Amino acid sequence: MIRMTDIRKSFGTNEVLRGVDLYIPKGTSMVIIGGSGTGKSIALKCILGLVQPDSGTITVDGQDAATGDRDAFLARFGMLFQGGALFDSLPVWQNVAFRLLRGSLKRPRDEARAIAIEKLRRVGLKSDVADRFPAELSGGMQKRVGLARAIAAEPEIIFFDEPTTGLDPIMSGVINDLIREIVVEMGATAMTITHDMTSVRAIADNIAMLHDGVIQWTGPVSDMDQSGNPYLDQFIHGKAEGPIESVR
Amino acid sequence: MKLLAALGAVVLGFLAAIGRIALFALETLAQALRPPFYGREFFAALLNIGWLSLPVVGLTAIFTGGALALQIYAGSARFNAEAVVPQIVAIGMVRELGPVMVGLMIAARVTSSIAAEIATMKVTEQLDALVTLSTNPMKYLTVPRVLAGLLVVPVLVGVGDAIGVLGGYAVATGTLGFNGATYIKNTVEFLEPLDVISSLTKGAVFGLSATLMGCYYGMNSGRGAMGVGRATKGSVEGAAILILAANFLLTGVFFSL
Repeated sequence: MIRMTDIRKSFGTNEVLRGVDLYIPKGTSMVIIGGSGTGKSIALKCILGLVQPDSGTITVDGQDAATGDRDAFLARFGMLFQGGALFDSLPVWQNVAFRLLRGSLKRPRDEARAIAIEKLRRVGLKSDVADRFPAELSGGMQKRVGLARAIAAEPEIIFFDEPTTGLDPIMSGVINDLIREIVVEMGATAMTITHDMTSVRAIADNIAMLHDGVIQWTGPVSDMDQSGNPYLDQFIHGKAEGPIESVR
Repeated sequence: MKLLAALGAVVLGFLAAIGRIALFALETLAQALRPPFYGREFFAALLNIGWLSLPVVGLTAIFTGGALALQIYAGSARFNAEAVVPQIVAIGMVRELGPVMVGLMIAARVTSSIAAEIATMKVTEQLDALVTLSTNPMKYLTVPRVLAGLLVVPVLVGVGDAIGVLGGYAVATGTLGFNGATYIKNTVEFLEPLDVISSLTKGAVFGLSATLMGCYYGMNSGRGAMGVGRATKGSVEGAAILILAANFLLTGVFFSL
Protein backbone atom coordinates (compact mmCIF):
# COMPACT_ATOMS: atom_id res chain seq x y z
CA MET A 1 0.00 0.00 0.00
CA ILE A 2 0.99 3.58 -0.56
CA ARG A 3 0.27 6.32 1.94
CA MET A 4 0.88 10.02 1.40
CA THR A 5 0.57 12.17 4.51
CA ASP A 6 0.40 15.97 4.43
CA ILE A 7 2.54 16.30 1.29
CA ARG A 8 3.39 19.88 0.44
CA LYS A 9 5.30 21.16 -2.54
CA SER A 10 5.89 24.68 -3.83
CA PHE A 11 7.71 26.02 -6.85
CA GLY A 12 8.73 29.54 -5.93
CA THR A 13 5.57 31.26 -4.79
CA ASN A 14 3.33 28.70 -6.49
CA GLU A 15 2.07 26.31 -3.80
CA VAL A 16 1.11 23.27 -5.87
CA LEU A 17 0.48 20.68 -3.15
CA ARG A 18 -0.91 22.06 0.12
CA GLY A 19 -1.18 18.97 2.26
CA VAL A 20 -2.12 15.94 0.21
CA ASP A 21 -3.32 12.91 2.16
CA LEU A 22 -3.94 9.80 0.16
CA TYR A 23 -4.11 6.08 0.83
CA ILE A 24 -3.91 3.43 -1.89
CA PRO A 25 -4.59 -0.11 -0.66
CA LYS A 26 -2.43 -2.91 -2.03
CA GLY A 27 -3.69 -4.48 -5.25
CA THR A 28 -6.17 -1.71 -6.01
CA SER A 29 -6.35 0.80 -8.83
CA MET A 30 -6.47 4.44 -7.75
CA VAL A 31 -7.16 7.16 -10.28
CA ILE A 32 -6.34 10.76 -9.43
CA ILE A 33 -8.41 13.26 -11.34
CA GLY A 34 -8.27 17.02 -11.48
CA GLY A 35 -7.81 19.86 -13.91
CA SER A 36 -4.61 20.62 -15.76
CA GLY A 37 -1.94 22.16 -13.57
CA THR A 38 -3.46 21.02 -10.28
CA GLY A 39 -0.40 19.01 -9.27
CA LYS A 40 -1.46 15.46 -10.13
CA SER A 41 1.83 14.63 -11.87
CA ILE A 42 3.80 16.31 -9.09
CA ALA A 43 2.07 14.09 -6.52
CA LEU A 44 3.01 11.01 -8.51
CA LYS A 45 6.59 12.20 -9.02
CA CYS A 46 6.89 12.82 -5.27
CA ILE A 47 6.21 9.15 -4.63
CA LEU A 48 8.93 8.11 -7.07
CA GLY A 49 11.39 10.65 -5.70
CA LEU A 50 11.59 12.48 -9.03
CA VAL A 51 10.42 15.56 -7.13
CA GLN A 52 11.28 16.09 -3.48
CA PRO A 53 8.30 17.24 -1.40
CA ASP A 54 8.91 20.22 0.88
CA SER A 55 7.28 18.37 3.77
CA GLY A 56 5.15 15.37 4.58
CA THR A 57 5.80 11.65 4.44
CA ILE A 58 5.28 8.95 1.84
CA THR A 59 5.37 5.30 2.78
CA VAL A 60 5.19 2.20 0.62
CA ASP A 61 4.24 -0.92 2.59
CA GLY A 62 5.13 1.00 5.73
CA GLN A 63 8.65 1.88 4.52
CA ASP A 64 9.56 5.55 4.20
CA ALA A 65 10.05 6.22 0.48
CA ALA A 66 12.76 8.80 1.18
CA THR A 67 15.10 6.38 2.94
CA GLY A 68 16.57 2.95 2.25
CA ASP A 69 17.91 1.32 -0.90
CA ARG A 70 16.70 3.49 -3.78
CA ASP A 71 17.39 0.91 -6.51
CA ALA A 72 15.42 -1.74 -4.65
CA PHE A 73 12.62 0.77 -4.07
CA LEU A 74 12.41 1.77 -7.74
CA ALA A 75 12.61 -1.85 -8.88
CA ARG A 76 9.13 -2.28 -7.40
CA PHE A 77 7.69 0.33 -9.76
CA GLY A 78 6.79 0.54 -13.41
CA MET A 79 5.65 3.72 -15.04
CA LEU A 80 3.91 4.71 -18.25
CA PHE A 81 4.74 8.32 -19.06
CA GLN A 82 2.35 10.74 -20.70
CA GLY A 83 4.36 11.01 -23.93
CA GLY A 84 5.73 7.48 -23.71
CA ALA A 85 9.24 8.77 -22.85
CA LEU A 86 10.75 6.06 -25.02
CA PHE A 87 14.48 6.32 -25.65
CA ASP A 88 14.89 7.49 -29.24
CA SER A 89 18.33 5.99 -29.66
CA LEU A 90 17.28 2.44 -28.75
CA PRO A 91 15.15 0.01 -30.75
CA VAL A 92 11.77 -0.88 -29.31
CA TRP A 93 12.82 -4.18 -27.76
CA GLN A 94 15.71 -2.53 -25.91
CA ASN A 95 13.33 0.11 -24.61
CA VAL A 96 11.02 -2.59 -23.26
CA ALA A 97 13.87 -4.66 -21.85
CA PHE A 98 15.85 -1.65 -20.59
CA ARG A 99 15.71 -2.77 -16.98
CA LEU A 100 16.51 -6.36 -17.92
CA LEU A 101 19.67 -5.39 -19.79
CA ARG A 102 21.38 -3.60 -16.90
CA GLY A 103 21.43 -3.24 -13.13
CA SER A 104 20.22 -5.66 -10.50
CA LEU A 105 17.58 -7.25 -12.77
CA LYS A 106 20.04 -7.93 -15.61
CA ARG A 107 19.37 -11.02 -17.73
CA PRO A 108 21.21 -12.55 -20.69
CA ARG A 109 20.56 -10.51 -23.84
CA ASP A 110 18.60 -13.25 -25.65
CA GLU A 111 16.39 -13.84 -22.63
CA ALA A 112 15.76 -10.11 -22.22
CA ARG A 113 14.80 -9.87 -25.88
CA ALA A 114 12.42 -12.81 -25.57
CA ILE A 115 10.76 -11.21 -22.55
CA ALA A 116 10.47 -7.92 -24.42
CA ILE A 117 8.79 -9.58 -27.38
CA GLU A 118 6.42 -11.42 -25.05
CA LYS A 119 5.49 -8.13 -23.34
CA LEU A 120 5.00 -6.47 -26.74
CA ARG A 121 2.68 -9.29 -27.68
CA ARG A 122 0.82 -8.81 -24.38
CA VAL A 123 0.06 -5.20 -25.32
CA GLY A 124 -1.03 -6.21 -28.82
CA LEU A 125 2.11 -5.51 -30.84
CA LYS A 126 3.70 -7.98 -33.21
CA SER A 127 7.30 -9.07 -32.93
CA ASP A 128 8.29 -7.17 -36.09
CA VAL A 129 7.94 -3.95 -34.07
CA ALA A 130 10.80 -5.06 -31.81
CA ASP A 131 13.60 -3.87 -34.06
CA ARG A 132 12.00 -0.60 -35.11
CA PHE A 133 12.84 2.71 -33.47
CA PRO A 134 10.27 4.69 -31.44
CA ALA A 135 10.17 7.50 -34.01
CA GLU A 136 8.85 5.00 -36.58
CA LEU A 137 5.77 4.19 -34.47
CA SER A 138 2.39 5.91 -34.21
CA GLY A 139 1.30 7.57 -30.95
CA GLY A 140 -0.87 4.62 -30.00
CA MET A 141 1.92 2.14 -30.66
CA GLN A 142 4.33 4.25 -28.60
CA LYS A 143 1.88 4.16 -25.69
CA ARG A 144 1.70 0.39 -25.98
CA VAL A 145 5.49 0.12 -26.03
CA GLY A 146 5.58 2.38 -22.97
CA LEU A 147 3.07 0.07 -21.31
CA ALA A 148 5.15 -2.98 -22.25
CA ARG A 149 8.21 -1.31 -20.72
CA ALA A 150 6.27 -0.47 -17.56
CA ILE A 151 5.32 -4.13 -17.02
CA ALA A 152 8.51 -5.77 -18.36
CA ALA A 153 10.06 -6.38 -14.96
CA GLU A 154 6.74 -7.49 -13.37
CA PRO A 155 6.51 -4.55 -10.95
CA GLU A 156 4.30 -4.59 -7.87
CA ILE A 157 3.21 -1.00 -8.41
CA ILE A 158 2.45 0.65 -11.77
CA PHE A 159 1.91 4.35 -12.40
CA PHE A 160 0.12 5.66 -15.46
CA ASP A 161 0.48 9.34 -16.27
CA GLU A 162 -2.28 10.50 -18.62
CA PRO A 163 -2.33 7.15 -20.47
CA THR A 164 -4.85 8.21 -23.13
CA THR A 165 -3.79 11.79 -23.80
CA GLY A 166 -3.41 12.44 -27.51
CA LEU A 167 -5.08 9.22 -28.60
CA ASP A 168 -8.30 8.80 -30.57
CA PRO A 169 -11.32 7.40 -28.65
CA ILE A 170 -10.90 3.89 -30.02
CA MET A 171 -7.19 3.70 -29.17
CA SER A 172 -7.98 5.24 -25.77
CA GLY A 173 -10.45 2.43 -25.16
CA VAL A 174 -7.86 -0.15 -26.18
CA ILE A 175 -5.27 1.32 -23.81
CA ASN A 176 -7.80 1.57 -20.96
CA ASP A 177 -8.80 -2.07 -21.41
CA LEU A 178 -5.15 -3.14 -21.55
CA ILE A 179 -4.34 -1.28 -18.38
CA ARG A 180 -7.28 -2.82 -16.55
CA GLU A 181 -6.48 -6.32 -17.77
CA ILE A 182 -2.80 -6.09 -16.95
CA VAL A 183 -3.34 -4.62 -13.49
CA VAL A 184 -5.84 -7.36 -12.61
CA GLU A 185 -3.68 -10.08 -14.18
CA MET A 186 -0.53 -8.99 -12.32
CA GLY A 187 -2.30 -8.17 -9.08
CA ALA A 188 -0.43 -4.89 -9.10
CA THR A 189 -1.21 -1.72 -7.21
CA ALA A 190 -1.96 0.97 -9.80
CA MET A 191 -2.08 4.72 -9.67
CA THR A 192 -3.31 6.61 -12.70
CA ILE A 193 -3.46 10.31 -13.41
CA THR A 194 -6.01 11.45 -15.91
CA HIS A 195 -8.76 13.91 -16.67
CA ASP A 196 -10.39 11.52 -19.13
CA MET A 197 -13.60 10.34 -17.43
CA THR A 198 -13.87 7.33 -19.75
CA SER A 199 -10.49 6.16 -18.47
CA VAL A 200 -11.61 6.75 -14.90
CA ARG A 201 -14.62 4.50 -15.27
CA ALA A 202 -12.61 1.84 -17.11
CA ILE A 203 -9.55 1.73 -14.87
CA ALA A 204 -10.44 2.82 -11.35
CA ASP A 205 -11.37 0.95 -8.21
CA ASN A 206 -11.07 4.18 -6.28
CA ILE A 207 -10.73 7.78 -7.30
CA ALA A 208 -9.33 10.91 -5.69
CA MET A 209 -10.14 14.42 -6.81
CA LEU A 210 -7.22 16.85 -6.48
CA HIS A 211 -7.92 20.55 -6.55
CA ASP A 212 -6.32 23.59 -4.90
CA GLY A 213 -3.44 21.40 -3.75
CA VAL A 214 -5.54 19.06 -1.60
CA ILE A 215 -7.63 15.94 -2.12
CA GLN A 216 -11.20 17.25 -2.27
CA TRP A 217 -12.86 13.84 -2.35
CA THR A 218 -11.78 10.21 -2.41
CA GLY A 219 -13.80 7.03 -2.53
CA PRO A 220 -14.87 4.06 -4.65
CA VAL A 221 -15.59 4.79 -8.29
CA SER A 222 -19.10 3.42 -7.78
CA ASP A 223 -19.83 6.31 -5.38
CA MET A 224 -18.49 8.95 -7.72
CA ASP A 225 -21.79 9.96 -9.27
CA GLN A 226 -23.55 10.32 -5.91
CA SER A 227 -20.69 11.92 -4.00
CA GLY A 228 -22.43 15.22 -3.36
CA ASN A 229 -19.04 16.88 -3.57
CA PRO A 230 -19.39 20.09 -5.60
CA TYR A 231 -15.81 19.90 -6.98
CA LEU A 232 -16.21 16.33 -8.14
CA ASP A 233 -19.68 16.96 -9.56
CA GLN A 234 -18.49 19.92 -11.55
CA PHE A 235 -15.48 18.01 -12.86
CA ILE A 236 -17.19 14.78 -13.88
CA HIS A 237 -20.04 16.62 -15.57
CA GLY A 238 -17.75 19.18 -17.19
CA LYS A 239 -19.76 22.17 -15.97
CA ALA A 240 -18.46 25.71 -16.36
CA GLU A 241 -20.28 26.82 -13.17
CA GLY A 242 -19.16 25.61 -9.78
CA PRO A 243 -16.40 25.98 -7.21
CA ILE A 244 -13.67 25.26 -9.77
CA GLU A 245 -12.88 28.41 -11.71
CA SER A 246 -13.10 27.68 -15.41
CA VAL A 247 -10.30 30.13 -16.19
CA ARG A 248 -7.21 29.23 -14.25
CA MET B 1 24.44 52.86 -7.61
CA LYS B 2 22.08 50.93 -9.87
CA LEU B 3 24.92 50.32 -12.28
CA LEU B 4 27.07 48.89 -9.48
CA ALA B 5 24.20 46.67 -8.34
CA ALA B 6 23.68 45.40 -11.88
CA LEU B 7 27.41 44.77 -12.27
CA GLY B 8 27.47 42.95 -8.92
CA ALA B 9 24.52 40.80 -9.97
CA VAL B 10 26.30 39.83 -13.20
CA VAL B 11 29.50 38.94 -11.33
CA LEU B 12 27.60 36.94 -8.71
CA GLY B 13 25.65 35.15 -11.43
CA PHE B 14 28.88 34.30 -13.23
CA LEU B 15 30.49 32.97 -10.06
CA ALA B 16 27.37 30.95 -9.23
CA ALA B 17 27.44 29.42 -12.73
CA ILE B 18 31.10 28.46 -12.28
CA GLY B 19 30.22 26.90 -8.93
CA ARG B 20 27.36 24.88 -10.43
CA ILE B 21 29.55 23.64 -13.28
CA ALA B 22 32.32 22.72 -10.81
CA LEU B 23 29.82 20.76 -8.69
CA PHE B 24 28.52 19.04 -11.83
CA ALA B 25 32.09 18.08 -12.77
CA LEU B 26 32.71 16.68 -9.27
CA GLU B 27 29.46 14.70 -9.43
CA THR B 28 30.53 13.32 -12.82
CA LEU B 29 33.89 12.28 -11.36
CA ALA B 30 32.21 10.65 -8.36
CA GLN B 31 29.83 8.73 -10.63
CA ALA B 32 32.68 7.69 -12.93
CA LEU B 33 34.46 5.97 -10.06
CA ARG B 34 31.47 3.92 -8.89
CA PRO B 35 29.85 0.96 -10.68
CA PRO B 36 27.83 0.19 -12.69
CA PHE B 37 29.80 1.17 -15.80
CA TYR B 38 28.00 1.47 -19.11
CA GLY B 39 30.55 0.15 -21.62
CA ARG B 40 28.15 0.09 -24.56
CA GLU B 41 27.30 3.77 -24.09
CA PHE B 42 30.99 4.61 -23.67
CA PHE B 43 31.95 2.95 -26.97
CA ALA B 44 29.01 4.60 -28.73
CA ALA B 45 30.25 7.96 -27.45
CA LEU B 46 33.81 7.14 -28.55
CA LEU B 47 32.52 6.42 -32.03
CA ASN B 48 30.38 9.54 -32.19
CA ILE B 49 32.93 11.96 -30.76
CA GLY B 50 36.02 10.39 -32.29
CA TRP B 51 35.43 8.54 -35.51
CA LEU B 52 32.52 10.62 -36.78
CA SER B 53 34.38 13.88 -36.08
CA LEU B 54 37.35 12.89 -38.23
CA PRO B 55 36.05 14.41 -41.51
CA VAL B 56 35.38 17.84 -40.03
CA VAL B 57 38.63 17.77 -38.05
CA GLY B 58 40.62 16.69 -41.10
CA LEU B 59 39.14 19.32 -43.39
CA THR B 60 39.56 22.09 -40.82
CA ALA B 61 43.17 21.10 -40.17
CA ILE B 62 44.23 20.78 -43.80
CA PHE B 63 42.83 24.19 -44.77
CA THR B 64 44.25 25.81 -41.64
CA GLY B 65 47.70 24.33 -42.28
CA GLY B 66 47.61 25.44 -45.90
CA ALA B 67 46.51 28.98 -45.04
CA LEU B 68 49.13 29.16 -42.31
CA ALA B 69 51.89 28.24 -44.78
CA LEU B 70 50.72 30.96 -47.18
CA GLN B 71 50.57 33.60 -44.43
CA ILE B 72 53.94 32.71 -42.96
CA TYR B 73 55.50 32.69 -46.40
CA ALA B 74 54.02 36.12 -47.19
CA GLY B 75 55.11 37.56 -43.83
CA SER B 76 58.58 36.04 -43.74
CA ALA B 77 59.28 37.12 -47.30
CA ARG B 78 59.45 40.71 -46.00
CA PHE B 79 62.58 39.71 -44.06
CA ASN B 80 63.92 37.24 -46.61
CA ALA B 81 63.21 34.47 -44.10
CA GLU B 82 60.98 32.21 -46.20
CA ALA B 83 62.93 29.15 -45.07
CA VAL B 84 61.21 29.23 -41.65
CA VAL B 85 57.85 28.23 -43.12
CA PRO B 86 58.10 24.49 -42.16
CA GLN B 87 59.16 25.27 -38.60
CA ILE B 88 56.53 27.94 -37.98
CA VAL B 89 53.77 25.87 -39.56
CA ALA B 90 54.74 22.95 -37.35
CA ILE B 91 54.94 24.94 -34.15
CA GLY B 92 51.80 26.92 -34.97
CA MET B 93 49.75 23.86 -35.76
CA VAL B 94 51.00 21.62 -32.97
CA ARG B 95 51.13 24.13 -30.15
CA GLU B 96 48.11 26.29 -30.91
CA LEU B 97 46.02 25.99 -34.02
CA GLY B 98 45.67 22.22 -34.06
CA PRO B 99 44.30 21.86 -30.53
CA VAL B 100 42.22 25.04 -30.64
CA MET B 101 40.68 24.38 -34.03
CA VAL B 102 39.89 20.77 -33.12
CA GLY B 103 38.52 21.90 -29.75
CA LEU B 104 36.25 24.47 -31.37
CA MET B 105 35.08 22.00 -34.02
CA ILE B 106 34.26 19.51 -31.26
CA ALA B 107 32.38 22.27 -29.42
CA ALA B 108 30.39 22.99 -32.57
CA ARG B 109 29.70 19.39 -33.54
CA VAL B 110 29.71 17.38 -30.33
CA THR B 111 28.85 19.81 -27.52
CA SER B 112 25.81 21.07 -29.38
CA SER B 113 24.58 17.59 -30.20
CA ILE B 114 25.08 16.32 -26.64
CA ALA B 115 23.25 19.33 -25.19
CA ALA B 116 20.38 19.10 -27.68
CA GLU B 117 20.01 15.34 -27.19
CA ILE B 118 20.02 15.42 -23.40
CA ALA B 119 17.83 18.54 -23.26
CA THR B 120 15.29 16.85 -25.53
CA MET B 121 15.42 13.79 -23.31
CA LYS B 122 14.69 16.03 -20.34
CA VAL B 123 11.81 17.81 -22.06
CA THR B 124 10.23 14.51 -23.14
CA GLU B 125 10.61 12.98 -19.65
CA GLN B 126 13.19 10.44 -20.82
CA LEU B 127 15.48 11.46 -17.94
CA ASP B 128 12.65 10.79 -15.48
CA ALA B 129 12.05 7.48 -17.24
CA LEU B 130 15.71 6.55 -16.72
CA VAL B 131 15.36 7.21 -12.99
CA THR B 132 12.21 5.08 -12.74
CA LEU B 133 14.15 2.32 -14.51
CA SER B 134 16.74 2.43 -11.70
CA THR B 135 19.32 4.13 -13.92
CA ASN B 136 21.18 7.25 -12.83
CA PRO B 137 21.13 9.72 -15.78
CA MET B 138 24.49 11.18 -14.72
CA LYS B 139 26.05 7.75 -14.82
CA TYR B 140 24.29 6.59 -17.99
CA LEU B 141 24.49 9.76 -20.08
CA THR B 142 27.17 12.07 -18.69
CA VAL B 143 29.97 9.75 -17.58
CA PRO B 144 30.34 7.84 -20.89
CA ARG B 145 30.34 11.04 -22.94
CA VAL B 146 32.77 12.92 -20.73
CA LEU B 147 35.17 9.96 -20.50
CA ALA B 148 35.01 9.48 -24.26
CA GLY B 149 35.72 13.18 -24.83
CA LEU B 150 38.64 13.09 -22.41
CA LEU B 151 40.20 10.10 -24.16
CA VAL B 152 39.42 10.59 -27.84
CA VAL B 153 39.86 14.33 -28.38
CA PRO B 154 43.64 14.14 -27.78
CA VAL B 155 43.73 11.53 -30.56
CA LEU B 156 41.75 13.86 -32.80
CA VAL B 157 44.14 16.68 -31.94
CA GLY B 158 47.10 14.46 -32.88
CA VAL B 159 45.44 13.62 -36.18
CA GLY B 160 44.55 17.29 -36.72
CA ASP B 161 48.13 18.37 -36.01
CA ALA B 162 49.48 15.86 -38.53
CA ILE B 163 46.94 16.79 -41.21
CA GLY B 164 47.56 20.51 -40.60
CA VAL B 165 51.29 20.05 -41.07
CA LEU B 166 50.49 18.03 -44.18
CA GLY B 167 48.34 20.92 -45.46
CA GLY B 168 51.27 23.28 -44.97
CA TYR B 169 53.54 20.80 -46.72
CA ALA B 170 51.18 20.49 -49.68
CA VAL B 171 50.95 24.26 -50.15
CA ALA B 172 54.66 24.84 -49.57
CA THR B 173 55.81 22.16 -51.99
CA GLY B 174 52.97 22.60 -54.46
CA THR B 175 52.86 26.38 -54.86
CA LEU B 176 55.70 27.95 -52.94
CA GLY B 177 58.57 25.93 -54.43
CA PHE B 178 59.79 24.15 -51.28
CA ASN B 179 61.65 20.86 -51.49
CA GLY B 180 59.55 18.08 -49.95
CA ALA B 181 62.34 16.20 -48.19
CA THR B 182 63.81 19.37 -46.72
CA TYR B 183 60.38 20.52 -45.55
CA ILE B 184 59.78 17.28 -43.66
CA LYS B 185 63.30 17.24 -42.23
CA ASN B 186 62.94 20.81 -40.94
CA THR B 187 59.54 20.06 -39.46
CA VAL B 188 60.64 16.92 -37.62
CA GLU B 189 63.88 18.40 -36.35
CA PHE B 190 62.24 21.56 -35.07
CA LEU B 191 59.40 19.98 -33.09
CA GLU B 192 60.18 19.00 -29.49
CA PRO B 193 58.45 16.40 -27.31
CA LEU B 194 57.01 19.19 -25.16
CA ASP B 195 55.19 20.59 -28.21
CA VAL B 196 53.42 17.30 -28.76
CA ILE B 197 52.76 16.75 -25.04
CA SER B 198 51.23 20.21 -24.71
CA SER B 199 49.08 19.61 -27.78
CA LEU B 200 47.71 16.31 -26.51
CA THR B 201 47.18 17.69 -23.00
CA LYS B 202 45.20 20.55 -24.47
CA GLY B 203 43.19 18.00 -26.43
CA ALA B 204 42.29 16.14 -23.25
CA VAL B 205 41.28 19.32 -21.43
CA PHE B 206 39.29 20.58 -24.41
CA GLY B 207 37.55 17.22 -24.81
CA LEU B 208 36.64 17.26 -21.13
CA SER B 209 35.40 20.85 -21.35
CA ALA B 210 33.36 20.31 -24.52
CA THR B 211 31.56 17.18 -23.35
CA LEU B 212 31.05 18.43 -19.80
CA MET B 213 29.43 21.64 -21.02
CA GLY B 214 27.17 19.71 -23.39
CA CYS B 215 26.01 17.44 -20.59
CA TYR B 216 25.67 20.26 -18.05
CA TYR B 217 23.51 22.44 -20.27
CA GLY B 218 21.47 19.46 -21.46
CA MET B 219 20.75 18.25 -17.94
CA ASN B 220 19.81 21.76 -16.80
CA SER B 221 17.77 22.82 -19.80
CA GLY B 222 14.47 24.63 -19.52
CA ARG B 223 11.14 23.43 -20.85
CA GLY B 224 10.02 23.15 -24.45
CA ALA B 225 11.73 23.90 -27.73
CA MET B 226 13.01 27.20 -26.40
CA GLY B 227 14.65 25.42 -23.47
CA VAL B 228 16.40 23.01 -25.82
CA GLY B 229 17.53 25.88 -28.04
CA ARG B 230 18.90 27.86 -25.11
CA ALA B 231 20.68 24.82 -23.72
CA THR B 232 22.32 24.14 -27.08
CA LYS B 233 23.39 27.74 -27.59
CA GLY B 234 24.64 28.07 -24.02
CA SER B 235 26.60 24.84 -24.23
CA VAL B 236 28.51 25.89 -27.35
CA GLU B 237 29.21 29.37 -25.98
CA GLY B 238 30.33 27.94 -22.66
CA ALA B 239 32.50 25.26 -24.25
CA ALA B 240 34.15 27.74 -26.66
CA ILE B 241 34.95 30.18 -23.86
CA LEU B 242 36.22 27.40 -21.62
CA ILE B 243 38.39 25.99 -24.41
CA LEU B 244 39.94 29.36 -25.26
CA ALA B 245 40.52 30.23 -21.59
CA ALA B 246 42.02 26.81 -20.91
CA ASN B 247 44.22 27.18 -23.99
CA PHE B 248 45.61 30.45 -22.66
CA LEU B 249 46.29 28.95 -19.24
CA LEU B 250 47.86 25.77 -20.60
CA THR B 251 50.06 27.72 -23.02
CA GLY B 252 51.25 29.72 -20.02
CA VAL B 253 51.89 26.58 -17.99
CA PHE B 254 53.82 24.80 -20.76
CA PHE B 255 55.76 27.58 -22.40
CA SER B 256 55.97 30.65 -20.19
CA LEU B 257 56.33 29.51 -16.61
